[in-house]
Amino acid sequence: MSDPTLTLYRLQACPFCERVVRKLDALGLEYRSRFVEPMHSERDVVKRLTGKRTVPAIVDEDTGVTMSESANIVDYLDRTYGGDTGGAA
Amino acid sequence: MDLDFDVVDLDEIEYPEEGETAPDFTRPLVNDEYWEDESLSSLCADSDRVVLVFHAMDGAFPATYVWNEIRDRGWHEDATVVGCSISTPYAHKRLLDERDIAGDYRLFSDPGNGVAREYGIDMDLDGMAGLEEPRPAVFVLDGDRTVEYAWVAAEWPDFPDYDAVEAQL
Repeated sequence: MSDPTLTLYRLQACPFCERVVRKLDALGLEYRSRFVEPMHSERDVVKRLTGKRTVPAIVDEDTGVTMSESANIVDYLDRTYGGDTGGAA
Repeated sequence: MDLDFDVVDLDEIEYPEEGETAPDFTRPLVNDEYWEDESLSSLCADSDRVVLVFHAMDGAFPATYVWNEIRDRGWHEDATVVGCSISTPYAHKRLLDERDIAGDYRLFSDPGNGVAREYGIDMDLDGMAGLEEPRPAVFVLDGDRTVEYAWVAAEWPDFPDYDAVEAQL
């Protein structure tokens, strides 16, 4: 298995998380999924990363960016990976 | 335990024996904080020795007993020790908490029992229509997934020979 540099912390069936997944897929990005518990109090791993216990959250090892809030994440992904890739060196 | 009746004998089966390569698989691997898809081969690549423990579904007493024993023996100090049952990741999280093994042990979730079938150790459950699970089994693997030790239950219920496993670690 390849080792993606993008990690998505997500909650099963969370629409905000699915929104991010849709964007990742649309951009053809590889990512690993880490599923956390519904109970906020059980999400220490996310809190350590972002300071908050909300999901979705992403960690991008390529850029060093860690981020939560789906709207922010979608914007970030578009900005970082959504550029015109045709022909540019 | 001395019982004045016979326990259930299980059929003889073929499973990966010493010297053979254990089948690779990828399933959600549950730790104390999250779960993510993980392959057995990547676990083996990261560790000289992996102990793969197939056990009854979380909540059944054999699962409780096996993890209490492994915890008390501290196998995690000498190997990467992972479990596998048909229970969901949510149930696995509870087992890790309740057995007090979070942080030291991780559990593969395989509700479809496909891993057990791949290993030839799948077992129907009488009285639970549509459910099957692995026979209790322990495989000790090296970094290339070569089987160094294999034990598969011959009776139901049955428990690993913990000392024999420990001798491999």
